[in-house]
Amino acid sequence: MTEIRNYTMNFGPQHPAAHGVLRVVMELDGEVIQRVDPHIGLLHRGTEKLAETKPFNQSIGYMDRLDYVSMMCSEHGYVRAIEKLLGVTAPIRAQYIRVMFDEITRILSHLLWLGAHALDVGAMTVFLYCFREREDLIDCYEAVSGARMHATYYRPGGVYRDLPDSMPQYETAKGHKEKNAARLNEQRQGSLLDFIAAFTERFDACVDDYETLLTDNRIWKQRTVDIGVVNKERALQLGFSGPMLRGSGVEWDLRKKQPYAVYDKIDFDIPVGVNGDSYDRYLVRIEEFRQSNRIIRQCIDWLRNNPGPVMLDNNKLTAPRRETMKRDMESLIHHFKLFTEGYCVPEGEVYAAIEAPKGEFGIYMISDGANKPYRVKIRAPGFAHLGALDEMSKGHMIADMVAIIGTQDIVFGEIDR
Amino acid sequence: MASNQNLLARINELFGEKITTVEVVFDETTVVTTPQFLLEVARGLRDTPDLRFEQLIDLCGVDYSTYAEEDPDRTATPEKRFCVVYHLLSTAHNHRLRMKLFIDGEMPVVSSVVDIWNSANWYEREAFDLFGIIFEGHPDLRRLLTDYGFIGHPFRKDFPLLGHVEVRYDPDKGRVVYEPVSIEPRVLVPRVVREEGFGDRNP
Repeated sequence: MTEIRNYTMNFGPQHPAAHGVLRVVMELDGEVIQRVDPHIGLLHRGTEKLAETKPFNQSIGYMDRLDYVSMMCSEHGYVRAIEKLLGVTAPIRAQYIRVMFDEITRILSHLLWLGAHALDVGAMTVFLYCFREREDLIDCYEAVSGARMHATYYRPGGVYRDLPDSMPQYETAKGHKEKNAARLNEQRQGSLLDFIAAFTERFDACVDDYETLLTDNRIWKQRTVDIGVVNKERALQLGFSGPMLRGSGVEWDLRKKQPYAVYDKIDFDIPVGVNGDSYDRYLVRIEEFRQSNRIIRQCIDWLRNNPGPVMLDNNKLTAPRRETMKRDMESLIHHFKLFTEGYCVPEGEVYAAIEAPKGEFGIYMISDGANKPYRVKIRAPGFAHLGALDEMSKGHMIADMVAIIGTQDIVFGEIDR
Repeated sequence: MASNQNLLARINELFGEKITTVEVVFDETTVVTTPQFLLEVARGLRDTPDLRFEQLIDLCGVDYSTYAEEDPDRTATPEKRFCVVYHLLSTAHNHRLRMKLFIDGEMPVVSSVVDIWNSANWYEREAFDLFGIIFEGHPDLRRLLTDYGFIGHPFRKDFPLLGHVEVRYDPDKGRVVYEPVSIEPRVLVPRVVREEGFGDRNP
């Protein structure tokens, strides 16, 4: 008689469904997964150690590169930790801008997740639609910060600058005809807020489009219903957060339960799943599209009617204006000190958490009174989720593991740090 | 979260001498315990009905060896070099807690909490990898983030930022070779501690 043994197979790190650089060593019984062992760290850059060697402000840019599809949310967590240690609060207008951009970021991140997840499971079209909307939102990033992805827009004490009155325009170039540029520029005639407002008007219909393609789609349901089921107790035990936790039926959202910035002044609902499978998590994220859209609308209304400062007027912490530097000696000194040395933060330790698109993003920061943090620990939501990959994919087929990686919304920038 | 003071009183009452200190700073409760009582305190925090910390949000190591090193007396520096920090969350009661314990030695050892909170599995592997803290009772304590065959624990303060080795492709040998780092370490912005305070805390 032949002996039947499990065999081991390698998956990744160069596989397109590995969402980056995930290497998984799988132990298989036929096509059924017995055990998976994710090997991570291929994108480990030592962000936390690098942050220890730099003044506080210089690490904001590293935060963009953690979860590189939800840049500003990570910045928000980091900036909030510094503000908490310093005991300062950003002006109210800056907080509204932050909330608006957090939600834009949430839509950006969920759009990428939806497109990539659908593509993994075999639906090509959704990906194209998602990237059409992503393009508009990335333009908002560009308008406000000058960078399309790694914005470095949030600063301790507010945001870098106020919302611009005009949108960047498309230019004609080789292969980019005049007609095409004119069509794209048509929506970009007003201010940034007008552009975002127009986006929120059409976005609900876009979400309906995605739903038409997927929600009742037989193949989609076959691939996601009852895949990667996690019950309430296990989800808590495994340290899940965000849509992964809500998909399992735990009503938990930091924006509601431990509100930060101005989330307590804004009206929105948090969707909760029932069965804790991939399909429920899909439904939760789809509803979050609509809720984020609702939050953005409220922020636009408020921002239109309430002009004001977006940065604290404390030159020990925030850079003075260029104009004042040209005639005021003190401003020049402040500027010089701030950019050569940074600012010192009082001794202490804080943990600041925000609800990032993927779950709870936390920064644990220890300062010993110097101009650099003593220790920064980044709590990335995806880290705990990927840690549960073994448990979630046990007993499933290989193809389902790809669907589970998809539903976990894995981004390696934040897991490997 | 005004319940921090209640939480503090309740923890004091429950654990008594099993904890070293408990305090509320920045609206966050911090409990310091000892490795000896870790499992007992952890179980108590999870299972007591009015605490119910059912989620371990984060676990990390800290190396305190150069903490506030400008001070010649080193009054602020903890006696023991390493610290393990647990961040707990109770979704049932909506409160958070930070639990710390200090340990010493070249290869510090502390009990694993994987059985109490399963999410500790990867967090403890990470802390072992980066700080060399050994978690006794962990089912699978391997390196997690660093390269296969990596030597040393990179987040310790005595580990240089640039590391010890660099890699390059050697065309003669036809493979990638490891060599000692050739770049001079440099500091772009020196570390300073200023007396005057900023923000509203020390006006």
